[in-house]
Amino acid sequence: MNLLEKLDAAATARKAMLPEGVGAFGIPVEEVYSATEARIGERRVLLLGTNNYLGLTFAPECIQAAHKALDTEGTGTTGSRMANGSYHGHRALEREFADFYDCCAGIVFTTGYQANLGTISGLVGRGDTVLIDGDSHASIFDGCILSGAEIIRFKHNDMIDMEKRLRRLGDRTETTLIIVEGIYSMLGDQAPLADIVALKNKYKCTLLLDEAHSLGVLGETGQGLSEKTGLQKEIDFITGTFSKSLCSIGGFCVSNHPQLDQLRYISHPYIFTASPSPATIASTRAALQLLRNGGNLRKQLWKNCTQLYSKLEETGYKLGPEPGPVIAAVLDNPKQALQIWQRLLENNIYVNLILPPAAPDGKSLVRCSVNAAHTTEQMAYVGDIFAKLYNEILQT
Amino acid sequence: MTNNNYDEIIELLCDRLGSLANADVNITAETNLISELSIDSIKLLNLIMEIEDAFDISIPINALADVQTVHELASLISKIKSAS
Repeated sequence: MNLLEKLDAAATARKAMLPEGVGAFGIPVEEVYSATEARIGERRVLLLGTNNYLGLTFAPECIQAAHKALDTEGTGTTGSRMANGSYHGHRALEREFADFYDCCAGIVFTTGYQANLGTISGLVGRGDTVLIDGDSHASIFDGCILSGAEIIRFKHNDMIDMEKRLRRLGDRTETTLIIVEGIYSMLGDQAPLADIVALKNKYKCTLLLDEAHSLGVLGETGQGLSEKTGLQKEIDFITGTFSKSLCSIGGFCVSNHPQLDQLRYISHPYIFTASPSPATIASTRAALQLLRNGGNLRKQLWKNCTQLYSKLEETGYKLGPEPGPVIAAVLDNPKQALQIWQRLLENNIYVNLILPPAAPDGKSLVRCSVNAAHTTEQMAYVGDIFAKLYNEILQT
Repeated sequence: MTNNNYDEIIELLCDRLGSLANADVNITAETNLISELSIDSIKLLNLIMEIEDAFDISIPINALADVQTVHELASLISKIKSAS
């Protein structure tokens, strides 16, 4: 089989799962009206499949900051952070992230994906070990592959399995990086951070926490799971993304280890790419301020999360183990998930469809992402449609 | 099982793989895990976890990338067990 025939085989497998004409993946969004509504085809839909957790995509402060940066600094830096791409804004945002997490060092990356790729591949290499959760995001997995370190997985959020694997590593634990996430993107559950920190200290490992989905969502000031649990000082490295609660694109790593700065000289995903555009950095800086002072947004977000989670649970859907901005209904097979997804769209609700092998353990998911800009009425409408579909599709 | 005798490892693997395989195949050391046994990736991952516990080892995911046959998997297990 040649290279193109391999792609044809993959396309055939994809089409077998998704009938022709169903655009569940890469659905074309024609117009965006607000943080909660857009047009898909001829439908005005309620957006329940974005990562816009605080609903800040149209925040005037962010838009004004981006406009100003466009006018004064142009559309792009056209260069790497290593060369000409470290503007005042990039350096200021790094200081602001370090200050937010009360850390001594911070680095900004061009995407959240690259933040994990660049941090992990900079921290570990051949001869080292990474111990990662079984439900880790692809950016973590790819960062581990890029690093050349040995990759050991433990069962998702299973501390007995994690300790078993630490014990098996023997004296190699001192060169082991444990990587976990604040909120997992598939089922929306949180890492048992206190237990993980206890094991990290017992076995003298290094710990990296990815707050991609928990930034802005958890903790009094929105730092994430580290703040919610009061364990900030126990985490060696925290990574995160700008593309969820901060509503732009980019990523960061902060640490109280001053050695973090060395990554600027060894991390290819940091060096060999253009730095984020000035407008991106400016809107992110404005959004970070809103996030830090966003106690009311978080209250509204959690009210919405609890409302929808409770309704779906009461209806009978199998869900992730706890409420949160990611609420995934676990269906028995891809056909059921596709049916529910299509019928939701027919009722003007857009959610994410996640089929094997993207979802863990062969699961088929219909995943909702709730945000602070959703209204109580919108949440009630979504809950009612889910209940109707449960009776029509899953009870027959 | 606590030792790392290659033959015992092969025997255990053939036994377990036989119960998981969808295809009617006589499993030997040279059997290809993917192309001949038609075992889906989730079943294979579960089998790997079972093997890890049986030998009290952890098999790095990246080491599995080079494994195609039962013999190669047995050799990897034996090598990791010897080093632990």
